[in-house]
Amino acid sequence: MKPFTYERPADVTEALAMAAAAPGARFLAGGTNLVDLMKLQIEQPTHLVDVSRLPLGQINETSEGGLRLGATTTNSQVAADAKVRARYPALAQAILSGASGQLRNKATTAGNLLQRTRCAYFYDTTKPCNKREPGAGCAAIGGIYANTAIFGASGACIATHPSDMAVAMSALDARVEIAGPNGQARAIPLDDLHRLPGETPHIETTLEPGEMITAVVLPPPPTGDQIYRKARERASYAFAIGSVAVAGGKVALGAVAHKPWRARAAEQALAGGASPAEAMAAEMASARPDGHNDFKLKLMARLGAACLTTTGAGDGQ
Amino acid sequence: MKTSFKLNGQAASLDLDPRTTLLDALRENLGLKGSKKGCDHGQCGACTVLVNGRRINACLSLAVTHEGDEITTIEGLAQGEALHPVQAAFLEQDAFQCGYCTPGQICSTVGMLQEAADGWASLVTDDLTADTVLTDAEIRERMSGNLCRCSAYPQILAAIRSAGGVA
Ligand SMILES: Cc1cc2nc3c(=O)[nH]c(=O)nc-3n(C[C@H](O)[C@H](O)[C@H](O)COP(=O)(O)OP(=O)(O)OC[C@H]3O[C@@H](n4cnc5c(N)ncnc54)[C@H](O)[C@@H]3O)c2cc1C
Ligand code: SF4
Ligand code: FES
Ligand code: FES
Repeated sequence: MKPFTYERPADVTEALAMAAAAPGARFLAGGTNLVDLMKLQIEQPTHLVDVSRLPLGQINETSEGGLRLGATTTNSQVAADAKVRARYPALAQAILSGASGQLRNKATTAGNLLQRTRCAYFYDTTKPCNKREPGAGCAAIGGIYANTAIFGASGACIATHPSDMAVAMSALDARVEIAGPNGQARAIPLDDLHRLPGETPHIETTLEPGEMITAVVLPPPPTGDQIYRKARERASYAFAIGSVAVAGGKVALGAVAHKPWRARAAEQALAGGASPAEAMAAEMASARPDGHNDFKLKLMARLGAACLTTTGAGDGQ
Repeated sequence: MKTSFKLNGQAASLDLDPRTTLLDALRENLGLKGSKKGCDHGQCGACTVLVNGRRINACLSLAVTHEGDEITTIEGLAQGEALHPVQAAFLEQDAFQCGYCTPGQICSTVGMLQEAADGWASLVTDDLTADTVLTDAEIRERMSGNLCRCSAYPQILAAIRSAGGVA
């Protein structure tokens, strides 16, 4: 690890000021992604602002009948919460399908959203990667690694976003609350948080420098059943090679793009009375596999159709 | 950087490079070698310790973030000569071969049993609103963060079952 200094702010204002005062500063939450990447020197912050003890660890009802998950709520805490389990089962399932019991006890809501890709070549510092070093090239294109994007990839990067939690939040139409260094606050749809890679895959989100996520707000649960299903290479403690979240008539796909992939073509088809298989076919029509990840076409079509059948989302509601 | 926490019931104060992980602080600075370093990247569970009663991977946690925390390692589970029931169950069921993963398995089990007692669900829990019942499938899923390279899983499962499962 490269040397860094460390501070623990008492509140959000202080945290934002500390981060603004130190170029090269990063927020540290559970550390399960950032510390890992610092050990590999893929991340090299010069200053850490530890947000894990900020008073953002609550799960509260909103006036609209939804829930506000504070940025530092842990993944375990959210998945165990009775309100989440009763009203947002897809979110509880998505979180519980990720990582391990130990990791979920540390991982936070904001940290999970902002975790970086698991692209094997991003982790291999002997290979070129445009995310690690803009302009260096992309070893994954033509490389021997298949857990790559089939939607929205670019000639600069074909990596996927690895979060399970974010996929369920996308289908649930979650919003992200953000605070900035000059006292400004804003909220954006989760779908607008992560960017597609384009020519600048190192810029992964629409957060401005120094901005901090303070909460994720879930609107009231949609009518209809919810489900999260994940395909992976072993039964537990492995990242997705494809996943599906369904909440009412909303559908999001995981491990297929640089961001949680909202399947709007499938949703539209469903609304028009399509069957689960037809709805997924409508979505997969815009998929662009690259020869190594072609398996994801069938996988996602089947997994998606199975989820839509289970929840009854294709029953013309 | 000065850091103080409670370690196995005793006060511990350290002056640390902020880069020091909790695992390295325990093993190198405090001389407690029970917690093991398998992967150093959160992938094996050998470094599992309890922080304020919850299990975490000590290898991915910076020690300076643990100011004021109560940390329990494998060295702190027994009461004098009396083994913790989970330790006794691992011995009884011969739940190890080389023993390298064992401290992590045991600390993880203690944390996992508390999570189950608190009613936390797992991915294999069919009804997320029902009470927790620690079937073998539940134990396997909840313990998936602890790998055993000797593959002593059947005996580990048997030990955990006898320490708190249902079957
Ligand atoms: C072995 C292993 C297996 C895993 N398996 C899975 C899996 O199957 N599915 C899955 O979804 N995840 C998995 N994970 C990833 C895990 O979910 C993430 O590491 C975790 O969610 C990150 O949360 P954190 O709080 O520890 O973030 P940190 O590591 O503390 O931070 C991550 C990033 O978020 C930034 N950040 C944190 N909080 C804020 C904030 N409030 N505002 C702005 N920026 C912030 C940090 O600066 C950093 O860039 C796995 C991890 C490991 C090590
Ligand atoms: S796919 Fe993206 S993350 Fe992976 S090597 Fe290419 S540029 Fe890097
Ligand atoms: S050493 Fe910490 S998980 Fe492997
Ligand atoms: S007993 Fe050898 S690694 Fe588990």
